[in-house]
Amino acid sequence: MSDISTKPKQSTSTQIEVIESAVIRFAGDSGDGIQLTGSQFTTATAFAGNDLSTFPDYPAEIRAPVGTVAGVSGFQIQFASREVLTPGDAPDVLVAMNPAALKANSKDVKKGGILIVNKDAFTPMNLQKAGYEKNPLEDGSLSDWRVIPVELTRLTRNALEGLGLTAAQTERCKNFFALGIAYWLYDRPLEATVRWIEGKFKKNPVFVEANKKALHEGNSYAETAEIFGRHYCVRKAPIKPGVYRNITGNEACALGLVAASQASGLALWYGSYPITPASDVLHELSKCKNFGVKTFQAEDEIAAIGSAIGASFAGLLAATGTSGPGVALKTEAIGLAVMTELPLVILNVQRGGPSTGLPTKTEQSDLFQAIYGRNGDCPLPVLAAATPGDCFAMAYEACRLAIKYMTPVILLTDGYLANGSEPWLVPGAAALPKFEKRTLLSPAEYKPYQRDPQTLARSWATPGAKAYEHRLGGLEKQDVTGTISYDGDNHEKMVRLRAAKVNKLTQDIPPTEILGEKKGQILLVGWGGTYGSITAAVQNLQKRGEKVSSIHLRHLNPLPPDLGGILSGFERVLVPELNMGQLLKVLRAEYLVPATGYNKIKGQAFKVVEIEEAVDVILEDLKKKGGKN
Amino acid sequence: MADTLDEIETLPGSGPMLQAKDFKSDQMVRWCPGCGDFAILSAVQKVLPTLGIPKEKIVFVSGIGCSSRFPYYMNTFGFHTIHGRALTVATGVKCSNPDLQVWVVTGDGDGLSIGGNHLLHALRRNVDLKVLLFNNRIYGLTKGQYSPTSELGKKTKSSPMGTIDIPLNPIAVALSCEASFVARAVDTDLPFLSEVLTRAAKHKGSAFVEIFQNCIVFNDGAWDSVTAKGVREEKMLKLAHGKPMIFGSKKDKGIRLKGLEPEVVTFDPAVVPKDLLIHDEKAPSATLADMLSHMREPVPQGVFRDVARPTLHELMDGQIAQAKTVPPDLEKLFKGPEAWTVTT
Repeated sequence: MSDISTKPKQSTSTQIEVIESAVIRFAGDSGDGIQLTGSQFTTATAFAGNDLSTFPDYPAEIRAPVGTVAGVSGFQIQFASREVLTPGDAPDVLVAMNPAALKANSKDVKKGGILIVNKDAFTPMNLQKAGYEKNPLEDGSLSDWRVIPVELTRLTRNALEGLGLTAAQTERCKNFFALGIAYWLYDRPLEATVRWIEGKFKKNPVFVEANKKALHEGNSYAETAEIFGRHYCVRKAPIKPGVYRNITGNEACALGLVAASQASGLALWYGSYPITPASDVLHELSKCKNFGVKTFQAEDEIAAIGSAIGASFAGLLAATGTSGPGVALKTEAIGLAVMTELPLVILNVQRGGPSTGLPTKTEQSDLFQAIYGRNGDCPLPVLAAATPGDCFAMAYEACRLAIKYMTPVILLTDGYLANGSEPWLVPGAAALPKFEKRTLLSPAEYKPYQRDPQTLARSWATPGAKAYEHRLGGLEKQDVTGTISYDGDNHEKMVRLRAAKVNKLTQDIPPTEILGEKKGQILLVGWGGTYGSITAAVQNLQKRGEKVSSIHLRHLNPLPPDLGGILSGFERVLVPELNMGQLLKVLRAEYLVPATGYNKIKGQAFKVVEIEEAVDVILEDLKKKGGKN
Repeated sequence: MADTLDEIETLPGSGPMLQAKDFKSDQMVRWCPGCGDFAILSAVQKVLPTLGIPKEKIVFVSGIGCSSRFPYYMNTFGFHTIHGRALTVATGVKCSNPDLQVWVVTGDGDGLSIGGNHLLHALRRNVDLKVLLFNNRIYGLTKGQYSPTSELGKKTKSSPMGTIDIPLNPIAVALSCEASFVARAVDTDLPFLSEVLTRAAKHKGSAFVEIFQNCIVFNDGAWDSVTAKGVREEKMLKLAHGKPMIFGSKKDKGIRLKGLEPEVVTFDPAVVPKDLLIHDEKAPSATLADMLSHMREPVPQGVFRDVARPTLHELMDGQIAQAKTVPPDLEKLFKGPEAWTVTT
């Protein structure tokens, strides 16, 4: 860990311009080490004291044909001396390792932005693979941008000459040469990456030397060759003091589950089957065995949840994680957990659907699946995280609520949150919310389906507890006793009781925070990973003086009890979602409000400007109609 | 195998000796009168007290089907799950609390059709579960469709012209998954069924027991050709570890190897041939057991295979114990390898 407040600013004789924020994207073949380059840039940026947000974008194929647009992997980061809410709408700088990377990404770059391209990769064959008829570096088609061609391959080869590396090994160091250039451009310190290289290759001193050399040479090249003319300084952001780390949504989910396990005193069981983009949660948890975490890579999605239901029955804190197609397979078992009223956390890291859909792309289209997607009247609590770091708090809260109310809980995140990252203020273990004390009546008084009047939860007597022997199952239960019952009146009572129990969760939902005034012209209602884009857009609109506010829902079922009142304070309600309007339909059904949707289904997050424009359309309409307020 | 139940030592337990009635729940048993399940329930309720395990430490898990109602009739912890998934839930139960003895009751449809995948994986992982597969070669609860063990050409409600699916051989399936304990018994032979169940209960690891069970309504007499009184001794072979394979009411028939195939030989019981096959449950490879599993006349019953290998919960807990040499430090975990401090 380093202390950035004492670090002296690097200074050079070259002209340096102070800017508030910047967005840079690295792009190349999926074998070019782009994600690594991006994560190193992220660490250096965090150490420089900026606020930041990142998003990787990679293809579904592990190794799509080299040099093709299908095989391009990208990593984008926004960093600033102010609060950063999204990875940025459009890059200021694109680092493109080959023609395909340029082709796939150049259109996203701001007009007047910088394209740093590996000139050596622009061979006739690579151009053809990327689908370029002519070399874009020569035909004037890139005139909207400042193109900086760099002979990355040749320069890296020269820099590493004499180290005895093979051509292929040398080639693999060129991403560090490029990173060195990027560090110079944004005046980033090299120390963190140097330390990382030394740790990563400690068994291979020649690789340590090669990668360090590539990094330093790239950095010096950018300065001495004066390829940019000037470079940029993004000053430290005013960040709340404390210990920070960079964290992805998947990492945060895993930590939230481990923290809940420690706080509840219950060992964690995580049953899962590999699936993009949720597998990293399994990877992270499988490293936490010293916390007593039991991870189980099951034979399929159904076995994954089945094992978790068994673990819950046996008294562990049980969770299962997957993405939408996996939830589809788990559906029957989720119903079993509802019927048997066992605590269980089901994590859905959403991706583009339906079916296999867009495995590596983000979407919010599983809300209906989460709220309604089971046979029978089968309600359960649904939560959603808003940012990568928020995944920690929501995973923790999902565990707490599951146990308190004896119910399966679905936690929705998405590919954007799962793989995106942001600095996270590391919480003290002692500051975490407490888990409610659980009680059990004496064996003589105990009935499996007797309920706590406060929560309507039944109690959790687990195998091994003497004189508490009982049977659970998927057949309808007799109220209180829990024996099988086919009685119609009892069935209706139980269906209503299960729903009433889930509605009791409203007592645990904190008051909804409103960004802006409580009344006004337009209220934006968001949920899940769109928090950053919506918040940034609403802040911009408010700066312009517009009467626009926003709220962001973390509880999707039940909905916050104060929501209806908030909605009624605005002339228009706009619901931006990365789906065809799922929360929109829920709100309209629940509150009979004439809300409208703003929907994007491209496998990508909202750009801030897109939301601003959607609001502008409504503002214009209100103006035309001479809207009051 | 011990010759009688009395010779089997009991596992260490606590409290007074339980009796069969202690394992009966207050629920009315709702199988069809004459169903083979009654006999199996009774055998299980008689075997459990001999194990010396307190009943709160016993869990019965089932899927869906007639056999899967079993847990409701046992006064232990029980879980009647969903179709085919009993093994997944049971895996979670056992690995979460290795103190428990976990039984899985399934059928040919539940265990080999909809739940077939889970059977493969539970057995290969050697999850410490006692798996009882009631094989009646029919779907009973859904009223008479053919099952994955129905004989080829069988006419049922869903196969009026006869089935066209080759049946699965449950014992061969279990052996191919490297199950560490594989056995077969018959619902109508209570003493032998009890012996096999006791052996299964005492085995450490997956114990798979196929039980020939009669569905009196939809497939009555499915096993009569080998299990009926009077023919059983001639048509079935009781396997005994280390003993020559001899059967027949007069003990005058045996199995020997001819090439790679077993053949039946008849002899004077006073002069047992030297070349009869000797049963070996402990053989490192499943070859002998597999050969026996395909034998149609006589049909072997008893323990095909009983070998020791680590169970899933042992391996899981072993890794956790090994990992715990690094003390769990939540704040260190939160910080990760590259945290930084902001002081202003």
